[in-house]
Amino acid sequence: MFKLLKQSPISARLGIAIVVMNIFAALFAPLIAPYGETEVVGDVWLPMSRDHLLGTDQLGRDLFTRILYGARNTIAIAFVTTLLSFVVGIIGGFLAATLKGWTDLSLSRIVDVMMAIPILIFALTVLSVVGTSILALILVIALLDSTRVFRLSRAVAMDVEALDFVEAARLRGEKIWWLMRHEILPNAMPPLVAEFGLRFCFVFLFIAALSFLGLGIQPPTADWGSMVRENAGAITFGIFIPLWPAGAIAFLTVGVNLIVDWFLHVASGLKD
Amino acid sequence: MDSIAKLVLKRVGMGLVTLVVISLVFFVGIEALPGDLAEEILGQNALPETVEAFRKELKLDLPPHVRYFSWLGDFLKGDFGNSLANGRPIAELIGWRLSNTLFLALSAAAIAVPLSIILGILAALYRNSLFDRFISMATLSTISFPEFFVAYILMALLSVQLILFPSISNINDQMSLAEKLYAIFLPCLTLTLVVMAHMMRQTRAAIINILASPYIEMAKLKGLKRLRIIVLHAFPNALSPVINVVALNLAYLVVGAVIVEVVFVFPGLGQLLVDSVSKRDIPVVQASGLIFAAVYISLNLAADVLSIVSNPRLRNPR
Repeated sequence: MFKLLKQSPISARLGIAIVVMNIFAALFAPLIAPYGETEVVGDVWLPMSRDHLLGTDQLGRDLFTRILYGARNTIAIAFVTTLLSFVVGIIGGFLAATLKGWTDLSLSRIVDVMMAIPILIFALTVLSVVGTSILALILVIALLDSTRVFRLSRAVAMDVEALDFVEAARLRGEKIWWLMRHEILPNAMPPLVAEFGLRFCFVFLFIAALSFLGLGIQPPTADWGSMVRENAGAITFGIFIPLWPAGAIAFLTVGVNLIVDWFLHVASGLKD
Repeated sequence: MDSIAKLVLKRVGMGLVTLVVISLVFFVGIEALPGDLAEEILGQNALPETVEAFRKELKLDLPPHVRYFSWLGDFLKGDFGNSLANGRPIAELIGWRLSNTLFLALSAAAIAVPLSIILGILAALYRNSLFDRFISMATLSTISFPEFFVAYILMALLSVQLILFPSISNINDQMSLAEKLYAIFLPCLTLTLVVMAHMMRQTRAAIINILASPYIEMAKLKGLKRLRIIVLHAFPNALSPVINVVALNLAYLVVGAVIVEVVFVFPGLGQLLVDSVSKRDIPVVQASGLIFAAVYISLNLAADVLSIVSNPRLRNPR
């Protein structure tokens, strides 16, 4: 592990640094932040100063504090959603690959149809009916995103499933759950891990976009997407406050993408 | 020729089936969700008579399959029912906005497609040069940047600092084409930047892939110029993946326009969809969602059909 890290290119190290920084900010937000999450500390849209590192937002809350708490809420929700999406997608994909027949056919057809609808439109339609609570947001996005995970995990599991040791375990009389957990999953790990990084970026950007549209995480919870929306008016006055949270979103996704690029490069075994 | 026709017909048939299934999904999905639409909208304190009358107006009292077919029939005739928020016919709301959205998407495509194919070819031609590096960096950043980040940076630069273009893209029918194009310059530029990287990268990859094949080696040994090899020998064979990625990105443009429309307050279908979702105006959401899905699926279908037709190997069966 450390050896691998030592050989890593500068871009991957940069990515790791960015992600570690974000996780640190998310975990210790209450300790680092100079003010409270929803505390009003001064005038509206104050410029950067020693008291307010990044200035204040549209209600006079400290922007730096909001960004730290935003890291916590935005990243946590995106992470939980991606995790849920993977659990659903992997179980579905592995079931389809091991059971084959009708299970495979029906699951695959359902996923085909869901993937034919643009995910943003689908999510907006469902959210219009069930309302925008954080729980609904997580469930809806996780379910929609799990279709992509299903495709990949089914394809990988198909390959693994055809190997002799799975056949041996099956003849030994192991149950389907055991086959999935102990035979297929460990062998399907590398592509799934890389996919996790990419899906996380996608989900993260997607939630940010929904929050930006006012349909994701609701105020007063600090969240990068809705912070951009709330402060959007400032830009026409030449105050660039919305660029900070928007930049924070871009910063984290660049970091994750850099790591995934490196991981894919290492996993593919290319020497360059 | 026969095999192509068969493939195309099969793909079109599948596309039509998908469209029908998706109309069903939109219908059933909203049907099966918890809560009654009438009670949901009127609130819990509504009188039973009011709820009953409202259900009648929305035809909620009929059995589901009857409602589905009458809804679908009306939809195909262009009658989408009335908006819950202001009672106006939805067709009236949607028609004008859909044309605006398509106008925006098409103008972005008209810039992005030729530019990204040319840049992609150049990147393949000067592989591993500084220019190529720059393009792969740009790709990474456009994948990572949310659309609204790009949009606000452009707005801050071109509209607020330099005061070249309007930050609010309001267009109406009285404007001339030039005025309209001027008004949508910023959203158009944002969309162009967002989709270009992907198309460039795909063009580059497709061409580099083909450059490794023996017939290109042959052309090189004959002493042809590199530009000639790439444009006349490699590009025709790379056409199929390139067309595919172009059509996929057009589909993305129509849908991705939602966020850009909101940033620049552009009167398009996406803006209407977002407004209706927050107002919970479900018939409007249903209609505009289905239209978006239909446009998206048709463009994907077009991508597949074109890439079948443009594949030289399928065109000349042995």
